[in-house]
Amino acid sequence: MASKKYDLVIKNGRVIDPALGFGKDAYVFIKDGYIKKIVPPSAAVKRELKNFDERQIVDAHDKLVVPGLIDMHVHLREPGYERAETVASGCRAAAAGGFTSLCCMPNTNPCIDNQETVKFVQDRAKSADAHVYVIGAITKNIAGEELSEIGDLFNIGVVAVTDDGHYVQNPEIMRRALEYTKMFDIPVLQHAEDVYLCAGGVMNESFQSTRLGMKGSPAVAEEIAVLRDIALCRFTGGRLHIQHVSTRGAVEAIRKAKQEGVNVTAEACPHHFIFTDDEIAKGFNTNLRVNPPLRTAEDRDAVIEGLIDGTIDCIASDHAPHSEEDKDCEFDLAPAGMIGLETTLGLVKTYLIDKGYLSWADAIRKMTSNPSKILKLERGTLEEGKIADITIIDPDKKWTVDANKFRSKSKNSPYIGWKLSGKVFKTILEGKIVFE
Amino acid sequence: MPKKTDIVLDEKKINRALTRIAHEILEHNPDFNSLVIIGIITRGAFLAQRIAAIIEQLEGVKVPVGLMDIGLYRDDVHSKLDQPVVERTEILFDIVDRNVILVDDVLFTGRTVRAALDQIVDFGRPRTIQLAVLIDRGFRELPIRADYVGVNIPTSKDEQVILNVKEKEGIDQVYIQRKNNKPDAQKKSSLKTSLKKTKRG
Amino acid sequence: MGNLQSRHLLGLEGVSQEDIMLILKTTDSFREVIERTIKKVPTLRGITVLNLFYEPSTRTRISFELAEKRLSADTINFSTSTSSVKKGESLRDTVQNIEAMKIDMVVVRHSSTGVPYYLTQCMDANIINAGDGAHEHPTQALLDLYTIWKKYGKLDGLRVVLVGDVKHSRVIRSNIWGLKTMGASVALCGPATLLPYEVEEFGCDVYTNIDEALDGADVVNVMRIQLERQQLGMFPSRREYTNLFGINKERLKLLNKNYTIMHPGPMNRGVEITSEVADGKHSVILEQVTNGQAVRMAVLYLLSGRKEEGE
Repeated sequence: MASKKYDLVIKNGRVIDPALGFGKDAYVFIKDGYIKKIVPPSAAVKRELKNFDERQIVDAHDKLVVPGLIDMHVHLREPGYERAETVASGCRAAAAGGFTSLCCMPNTNPCIDNQETVKFVQDRAKSADAHVYVIGAITKNIAGEELSEIGDLFNIGVVAVTDDGHYVQNPEIMRRALEYTKMFDIPVLQHAEDVYLCAGGVMNESFQSTRLGMKGSPAVAEEIAVLRDIALCRFTGGRLHIQHVSTRGAVEAIRKAKQEGVNVTAEACPHHFIFTDDEIAKGFNTNLRVNPPLRTAEDRDAVIEGLIDGTIDCIASDHAPHSEEDKDCEFDLAPAGMIGLETTLGLVKTYLIDKGYLSWADAIRKMTSNPSKILKLERGTLEEGKIADITIIDPDKKWTVDANKFRSKSKNSPYIGWKLSGKVFKTILEGKIVFE
Repeated sequence: MPKKTDIVLDEKKINRALTRIAHEILEHNPDFNSLVIIGIITRGAFLAQRIAAIIEQLEGVKVPVGLMDIGLYRDDVHSKLDQPVVERTEILFDIVDRNVILVDDVLFTGRTVRAALDQIVDFGRPRTIQLAVLIDRGFRELPIRADYVGVNIPTSKDEQVILNVKEKEGIDQVYIQRKNNKPDAQKKSSLKTSLKKTKRG
Repeated sequence: MGNLQSRHLLGLEGVSQEDIMLILKTTDSFREVIERTIKKVPTLRGITVLNLFYEPSTRTRISFELAEKRLSADTINFSTSTSSVKKGESLRDTVQNIEAMKIDMVVVRHSSTGVPYYLTQCMDANIINAGDGAHEHPTQALLDLYTIWKKYGKLDGLRVVLVGDVKHSRVIRSNIWGLKTMGASVALCGPATLLPYEVEEFGCDVYTNIDEALDGADVVNVMRIQLERQQLGMFPSRREYTNLFGINKERLKLLNKNYTIMHPGPMNRGVEITSEVADGKHSVILEQVTNGQAVRMAVLYLLSGRKEEGE
């Protein structure tokens, strides 16, 4: 006998919803893709389950039941670079990593600076394994010269704008972007690295770059960019979000700005709270070539501190797929970026939670309610009546990162072979199990 | 220290052998001024100096002496994990149209002499090359023979013939030593591998 | 038996004193070989060496080629001024082609740091770094060490000044590691814009004033100043560089009595060094070139035939 009142119930799990301040054992009932009710375990609820078909019950004993994770920094590469990733494959990877929503960056080809390209991506995402929020370009063609039709983009569903990969070097353009987006109340996401100071840089500028004779990208390039944009944000009253914060200087600038009440938020990526730049000389692994680059231990520690004290609001993967052919080359000629959708959760558990830096609730907040708040999304909570995007986590499951198991089309991960703790048990998108 | 019974030549016998070699060299090469002596590093080099000294005593002629390291001419350079240390070769005279006396301590497989012959030829075209050795222990792997032999010592293959010289060890003596690794065990294992090989082949 | 710890020569960082000494002593034997009438020994007969040059080079390539020929190796040259990526063939494909040709040793120069290391990861041949980016150029540093060692009979305790574009010089980096390992004291000197970040961490004395750097030194190794750097605005003018850092007769007075002038070539006469100094009796610049061949012969000899452990 099957229940008609509900499609699915998750029983015996420990529900963590930072948006609700919820953190206890509960049963979650789902109907038509929405969360119908969440109730604590009781004799009555157990009786109710007798009306359910076995296939309608997910047993989450010893598991964490959290809102579907949101990765606000992903490159899906479609259109233009389908060899590395497509909307479909990227969303499959997201589901496998526990993400039900992701924000795709506009640096495709053509780039996402017009309604047609937004529609194209949205269309591709309709049947995908994750919900895709499209991020538009700040400037036409990401050239940093003229604002793109941000109003048009907003009207079709774009939730933020960015020229990710490129810093908006011209302060006048950045000023206009912060002012113009106020009309739609969307944030400007900034890739904060001064173009002139990092010209040609392939790794962090430190004794490591000195020792290896590689062109360095100095930490001050990020700090200057962040400081300038904070000043512009304060001046314009717009909303600024700093992407992939990687330096102590940037973390401190953001912390200070937040204390002053400036409307700035920030995200950090796993590789910036795990690696340091001395890793590069150990084998010139091109998967460690990223922008902004891996920094010093001092910077890495500052990023962790920023995550702990809330200066950094979100954890995002900056999932940046590149084909094997493109990455198998000289270190300095390799394109920047590493994939991350399928490893972020395990890395957060192993390197932040297990080390005692963040609680589960803090970590989940940075991957659900915080990005949801910044981007004003419908998702990211288990509130009754909301869309049933749910991630069930096996919190202490030990696993080894295996390149052959990646669902992403690309395998440019430096974590291959790593032993991690914490893995997705099931990913539920709009009431349907998309990964288990 | 070698056991007394293992010593086959003492200082006296070595001197006697070298003196005889010097005599024979002079006998065969009446044109003393055409003579040059080249010793193979390391032990042959010491013996070359001594033979030259004896010749000087006997005839009052100073025969030029050179040293030669044959490391770069070996035929087993690439079959070993370790590269032999290359010592300096010093031949500070012209060997063209000279009678070259090549001196080594022990003549065994002949491979060292082969390498030395190749090297000498690269220095020029001598009138003759003659080989003088203190000891000939047999087991040649190449068609090479010595013109002057101090002593013939019959040995078995798993033995080593070792020359000590005053200049290095403070004593002149030649003794025979078994190779360090147990010869019987080695034989067995090599037999095993050869059996394996046959099976596979 | 003389055995280097590694079967490749990728750089001098981390190479032990014993290994450097073994190379220098072996170089001595080859120095004698190249003084012979027949400057050739049969040692590397049957060994094929590929000179893989992704960057234009005349001196280093010729020096290696001569060294290989004098060791009786078979040599092949593959030179291209463009990178593999621009050429349309990936480095991996080039490497696999080389492997298929049954090459025993590869001498490689490339504008990217780490390419020699990359080669060790995808082929069995012995790899010798002939310069990778601004990273290392170990044979150049070894010939510098040999030249100094021959003159003074030691390296330990000598004061060596390396002058020039520290930021972009692989010769300086390799010299720093080699000299420090051998117990020399190293001073670096150049314009502040050409001193890389945290350069003090090399453990050298760093100067921007040439007179302070030269004071009491034994050896001055003057690097070529790439004139393109000036076009990129790293220093204001050639004239100013010469005034501030050029090695001239007047400045030599600051050095210890039995001083030595070195330059890896090619020289910009009148820019980083005056002709008077370059051709003076304390200059060993041509001696360096001769020693370069012997050092490369020694390195080729010591690495040849060295297989992966356990093979």
